[in-house]
Amino acid sequence: MSDKKNWPLWEVFVRSKNGLEHRHCGSLHAADEEMALENARDVYTRRSEGVSIWVVESKNITASNPENNGEMFEPAHDKVYRHPTFYDLPDEVKHM
Amino acid sequence: MSEEQIKNLETQFEARIARDEKIEPKDWMPEKYRKTHIRQMSQHAHSEIVGMLPEGNWITRAPSLRRKVALLAKVQDEAGHGLYLYSACETLGVSREELYEQLHSGKAKYSSIFNYPTVTWADMGAVGWLVDGAAIINQVPLCNTSYGPYARAMVRVCKEESFHQRQGYEIMIKLANGTPEQKELAQDALNRWWWPSLMMLGPTDAESIHTEQSMKWKLKRKSNDDLRQQFIDQTVPQAELIGLTIPDPDLKWNEERQSYDFGEINWDEFWQVVKGHGPCNKERMKARVGAWEEGEWVRDAAMAYAEKKRNRKEKLAI
Repeated sequence: MSDKKNWPLWEVFVRSKNGLEHRHCGSLHAADEEMALENARDVYTRRSEGVSIWVVESKNITASNPENNGEMFEPAHDKVYRHPTFYDLPDEVKHM
Repeated sequence: MSEEQIKNLETQFEARIARDEKIEPKDWMPEKYRKTHIRQMSQHAHSEIVGMLPEGNWITRAPSLRRKVALLAKVQDEAGHGLYLYSACETLGVSREELYEQLHSGKAKYSSIFNYPTVTWADMGAVGWLVDGAAIINQVPLCNTSYGPYARAMVRVCKEESFHQRQGYEIMIKLANGTPEQKELAQDALNRWWWPSLMMLGPTDAESIHTEQSMKWKLKRKSNDDLRQQFIDQTVPQAELIGLTIPDPDLKWNEERQSYDFGEINWDEFWQVVKGHGPCNKERMKARVGAWEEGEWVRDAAMAYAEKKRNRKEKLAI
């Protein structure tokens, strides 16, 4: 069987209820997007876990590489001034 | 990469796991970690898939609609669990086709308990109560395992699994409180499934070749013997409660250990079944391979249809 005939891989995102974001919950194989949605319903929402499903063919996702996590994320580490606790306030100010 | 660099990475890796950090698919990992996980996760997925066969056997003959919908839902869950685990396994860079190929060629194993036949309706009770009960004991610690996708899949599996055990035990309660013939069916099923269920928790610690490494990687959190003891201590009172007798003359409460002592397990039988000589090994593989091969035209047709739809859409767009 050639690779071409294998059903591609899809990533599944489910919104558990309105007001919450879609969350990645796993992946599955399907011939096309319609089948991917139907399979996602059967595989990932058998107990009413969702009100909305997104499916994305896995090859369309661009991901960062953990090997480059240094360049990617470290610049944020020394910017404590982006957090409220960096700033000194008099004790009299209770909430700010 | 030089040997020293690899050694260095390995030390860092082991330290991350020791700190309870999770490992995600694209992180660097030792080749042995990857291979061990593919082996265990795929074995687990195969067990879910082959595990559908002994129970599927009774769906059309369930004694009531209530029992039928429950059994159907349970078998469907097992398909789902197999799929969660296959896709978690695929994050390690092995394809679904390779995984199926390993199962179908006999290269990969599945839990040998599924090589026993389900000959009466009471077996649906015993399988849910004992086999799923043992599986839960095995699986709960895996919700904290070090490999992220496996741990997440296990959280879903465990959440869904508890209904499986309850529906099995409920079948046993009903039979045990029924006519003498029904009670006999329940006892007979317990007699046949008790020992294989104990074996299902794996060889004794002394014989288990993977335990030490797996403990380090949190792929295993308790030893096989500890899990087995836990299963026995938990199950014996449940049998007593419904008036069934555990088929082990050596079973005895040990006051000092606050645990049950139990009889010798027939490990020869276990290894025979693992090696392919169980009562249903051939039948299970024939059913599995048959389903895959006979389904090929459906998979091909779905792909051809998907392509046709895509082409039509592209043409319309021009």
